[in-house]
Amino acid sequence: MTAQETKPGIRLDTAEHAVERRPAGELVFDVQDLSVYYGEFRAVREISMSIAQNQITALIGPSGCGKTTMLRCFNRMNDLIETARVEGKILYHGVDLYEKSVDPVEVRRRIGMVFQKPNPFPKSIYDNVAFGPKIAGFKGNMDDLVEQSLQKAALWDEVKSRLKESATGLSGGQQQRLCIARCVAVEPDVILMDEPCSALDPIATGKVEDLMQDIKDEYTIVIVTHNMQQAARVSDMTAFFTAEVNEEQDRRTGVLVEYDKTERIFTNPTDERTENYVTGRFG
Amino acid sequence: MAIAARGPSTADVVRQHLQGRRIDYKGALFQAAILVALLLSLVILFVLISQVVRGGIEVFQERGFDFLRGRLTVVSASIAGVGQGIAGSLLLMAFVVLAAFPAGIGAAVYLQEYAPDTKLNRFVNVNIRNLAGVPSIVYGILGLVIFVQVLGPLTGGKTVMAGGLTLAVLVLPIVILTTMEALRAVPGSIREAGFGVGATRWEVIRSHVLPAAAPGILTGTVLSISRAIGETAPLLLVGATTGLLATGGSGFFESLRGGYTALPVIVYRWTSLPNEDFRALTSAAIIVLLLLTLSTNAIAIILRNRYERKW
Ligand SMILES: Nc1ncnc2c1ncn2[C@@H]1O[C@H](COP(=O)(O)OP(=O)(O)OP(=O)(O)O)[C@@H](O)[C@H]1O
Ligand SMILES: [Mg+2]
Repeated sequence: MTAQETKPGIRLDTAEHAVERRPAGELVFDVQDLSVYYGEFRAVREISMSIAQNQITALIGPSGCGKTTMLRCFNRMNDLIETARVEGKILYHGVDLYEKSVDPVEVRRRIGMVFQKPNPFPKSIYDNVAFGPKIAGFKGNMDDLVEQSLQKAALWDEVKSRLKESATGLSGGQQQRLCIARCVAVEPDVILMDEPCSALDPIATGKVEDLMQDIKDEYTIVIVTHNMQQAARVSDMTAFFTAEVNEEQDRRTGVLVEYDKTERIFTNPTDERTENYVTGRFG
Repeated sequence: MAIAARGPSTADVVRQHLQGRRIDYKGALFQAAILVALLLSLVILFVLISQVVRGGIEVFQERGFDFLRGRLTVVSASIAGVGQGIAGSLLLMAFVVLAAFPAGIGAAVYLQEYAPDTKLNRFVNVNIRNLAGVPSIVYGILGLVIFVQVLGPLTGGKTVMAGGLTLAVLVLPIVILTTMEALRAVPGSIREAGFGVGATRWEVIRSHVLPAAAPGILTGTVLSISRAIGETAPLLLVGATTGLLATGGSGFFESLRGGYTALPVIVYRWTSLPNEDFRALTSAAIIVLLLLTLSTNAIAIILRNRYERKW
């Protein structure tokens, strides 16, 4: 714990796992020894990683290894789960998000989220996008903002004639893009995306990936994905998690195996488990 | 042709497999059973209603709307009517709406959305469930002690106010429970979506949870009015038998602290009269009560359909 320096460079962690290379550039998040519990069960263990500004960071790993759990820590979404408990620190621009004085509502205004399952409000398409800006006290032209946001999410052309219709009438893929539009409409600093493309066809996926590249200059993006190609295509840094057998509880606890430049993770990983996973040999 | 000679085609074989269905005896039996259950309840309902209508219809034929305005009396059947009862029941209803709805919905929102899952809160939950099953006469005793005696200086004793508040307390657990049920049915993902764009708990509840739960809340609460309208026992204890609703003269708020009666109480009193003439009147009063209940239920259905939402 004492070796927490923000200098870039390779760092082989104290434990036998976790090969970590720090990203270059200004840090947005600095995760220090983060463990998350659901009741007694430790879902992820002692994660340390940092996430740089205006980069796309991908979290990959097998199902149940704690990617969603990890992602939800970044905007304190885990506060909503009564059994969830967090140990360790997540510094956001140097401020610990879990400090007592930090208001989770303010955190979520700056750190937006697109969920694993599309969850539009049961309201009109327009209201879905406008809700965030409205509660944030947006004073400008709402129609323009809604249009821009939908355009960014590659959805505008499909819905421009039916903005007043219910969002629940959209297809699954359209709903997910609506959720992306809703997220970018509040102009957050960071966007957390949990498998945003799992319900999308290749064309829409391509559009969302383009969107990520386009807005990268303004936002920092953390994305969870099961799609190796997607991680390789869009991200700058990639973190590989896996679930390790947890002797005391007979359940699997998520750990960070390797965190490095995406290119390196996919071409020349240090850890064997990473290599097995990215080449599809994972058991 | 050579193909035609080669026995049954693939389509024929497949068709045979697809058609070879056994008859589903258990399923048929079950269907028959539930159909009988349905018919039975419909028959009972029909008999009851036709009985009442046959008994009471002549009153409406002879006196028409005069019966709706008629006086509250047990002496002369020809001038007796349910005017007082309708006014009383409507006033009681207003009390239930104004007192039980805000309190009940508020309590439900707190319990469902804010309260942490502690032992105390679970204890409160269980007890509200139990309260909903308490016999209404017990609420009558409660009303007598609290609203008539302890709060007598405020309510004026056995008055509309005391009756209305008693009924409000009576339906409060039902309002809380149905509202909580409706809130629970709102998917958690909608709440997360709201929190995810930086809404406060209150903003999420007001803008998303309550609107999504509105149809369920409305149905539950309006149905609880029907329950309140039909109650007799507690009202007998808190004064519905005592007297007349003050009409005219004194102000509206003064009349809230006056005597009153309600439709089911009138039915109760007329039924117990030995006088044959009041038989028909009783039936007629029941019809009015039924219509009142039906129209509140209709309102519930209309509101629900209007606000129905899918997710
Ligand atoms: N609300 C919860 N309560 C209890 N346990 C939970 C909860 N959410 C997740 N878990 C557990 O935590 C572990 C990690 O779950 P998580 O959802 O983070 O996995 P994931 O990596 O996102 O998986 P997937 O790729 O399938 O989405 C799992 O063992 C899961 O069962
Ligand atoms: Mg997940």
